[in-house]
Amino acid sequence: MESVGRHTVVDLALQEGAGLSVEAATRAKVLDRFRLGDAAFRQVTRAAAVGVLVLLSGVIVALIEGSIPALRAFGLGFLVTEKWNPVTEQFGALAPIYGTLITSFIAMLIAVPVGLMIAFFLTELCPQWLRRPIAIAVELLAGIPSIIYGIWGLFVFAPFLQATLQPFLIKTLGNVPVIAPLFAGPPYGIGVLTASLILAIMVLPFVTSISRDVFDAVPPVLKEAAYGIGCTTWEVVRYVVLPYARIGVIGGVMLGLGRALGETMAVTFVIGNAHRISASLLAPGTTISATIANEFTEAVGDLYTSSLIALGLILFVITFIVLAAARYMLLRIERRIG
Amino acid sequence: MTARYATRRRGDVIATVLSVAATLFGLGWLVLILGALLWHGLGGLSPEVFTQMTPPPGASGGLLNPIVGSLIITGLAVVIGTPIGILAGTYLAEYGRYDRLSIVVRFINDILLSAPSIVVGLFIYEIMVATMGHFSGWAGGVALAVIVIPVVVRTTEDMLTMVPNALREAATSIGLPRSLAIMHICYRAARAGMVTGVLLAVARISGETAPLLFTSLNNQFWSTNLNAPMASLPVVIFQFALSPYKDWQSLAWIGALIITFAVLALSISARALVASRKQS
Repeated sequence: MESVGRHTVVDLALQEGAGLSVEAATRAKVLDRFRLGDAAFRQVTRAAAVGVLVLLSGVIVALIEGSIPALRAFGLGFLVTEKWNPVTEQFGALAPIYGTLITSFIAMLIAVPVGLMIAFFLTELCPQWLRRPIAIAVELLAGIPSIIYGIWGLFVFAPFLQATLQPFLIKTLGNVPVIAPLFAGPPYGIGVLTASLILAIMVLPFVTSISRDVFDAVPPVLKEAAYGIGCTTWEVVRYVVLPYARIGVIGGVMLGLGRALGETMAVTFVIGNAHRISASLLAPGTTISATIANEFTEAVGDLYTSSLIALGLILFVITFIVLAAARYMLLRIERRIG
Repeated sequence: MTARYATRRRGDVIATVLSVAATLFGLGWLVLILGALLWHGLGGLSPEVFTQMTPPPGASGGLLNPIVGSLIITGLAVVIGTPIGILAGTYLAEYGRYDRLSIVVRFINDILLSAPSIVVGLFIYEIMVATMGHFSGWAGGVALAVIVIPVVVRTTEDMLTMVPNALREAATSIGLPRSLAIMHICYRAARAGMVTGVLLAVARISGETAPLLFTSLNNQFWSTNLNAPMASLPVVIFQFALSPYKDWQSLAWIGALIITFAVLALSISARALVASRKQS
């Protein structure tokens, strides 16, 4: 359409006087340049968007390529072997995988109820003027770099737990028949439980802010109807808000879980980096990310490096699945709102 | 009937108390962590920290080379990551808002946004450090850029989507080509939000440690050579905090204090920028 118009202008210009022809030619040239620039800009932005895809596939390809030597040497047994011996070059990922899963699990066990209760407070109970300051404080908690949690955990939190919570747990729960092994051994301060608690503090803001957003998205009519038939605030939240916001909350929880699984520095400081699976939560352990952070620069030999990259690949696959599921659920609730 | 009502009331009171307790519990950590940082870090904060190099154990010194290194690596990451992020965000919001490509890119971008940063470090190690044969400031910058991109893509897209279509139509009606309309109209309308996105990205990467551990590594000496290992504040904190030397540990606390308040200042000003825009 545009091009036809331009040619007509040029044709007319050729038929008319010389002065007009110069003007029309310039005009055509400018239009041409515009069109070229337009197409170029579009293609450049498109290339950048495709670049995001390339980035992710690049990560996957690089990790797979780097872990081939380890996977070739150990096969699928890599996933279920606990042994991790750099001297004899025997590597298995079971202890870090276990550590990653157990610390994240305990962290979510604490962060989810607390986060939901904070969201409940912020959406239903909190006076209007206090909402913004609290919301900002929660966001600041999310903004503190993970290495700060690490140094604080190592020098402040772990000694505190060693002196208070851990002896208490050993004395009380350590004597309860079934769960006693969970709290066996001396209070080291650092260990699986400490790492889990710090992770819980770190994912708390994520769970809180997403829960608050989905709670806010519940149509007021539903809540008003429930209040109208005489429900208490808690009953409204429990039987109206929570069921309505369920998918969104699960999405937020999964997003927090994705963070917890991949969290590196805070855990590296306080988990103790011990390649063994012990029943006790007070014992030192390790996670995938902590193992990589601690050992990668010191790893000598291709097999050692490759085993660490294979660990990274496993971590990436786990978090990818969790995050993809989280996004899918949040997308579903977004569609319902929008 | 009244007994039942009493039970329900009691349940409500318990839930209220628990939720207030949970909020105090959540906010308590912020106070405790910031308090510990001030307690351990503030005493050592002196001009020497900003003018001297990191010391060997037992000597006194400062954090000049890691501070400068962090600034260089962060700057590099922003310079590399921001244009790519803005362009990709532009495609998602302007050209391909309903494309199938955009749906996939959006999904992948959201995953990259929360991907473990240590995996990014491994990725850059594989493609840059291993192929070039040495650790370098470049590798650190690129690793952080990989973290910047998804943040900027997301905010750019969100902000451009909020620009009213009437502006685009007006631009088109006076014959402005699409690309110029985007650059001169849409970008201008969304500028505050896009700047916020970049600020948030900077806040996010300035405390990142994991991706730098095996890309830019660390350097005890003054170096601005991007082809050599480069010191950065987070890595120095990591190394010094885990060392057995008291001097190093207290320098680590000072560094932690500097980073935290820089990051918090960045994220607060980013939020203030958005808030001031909303009011006007």
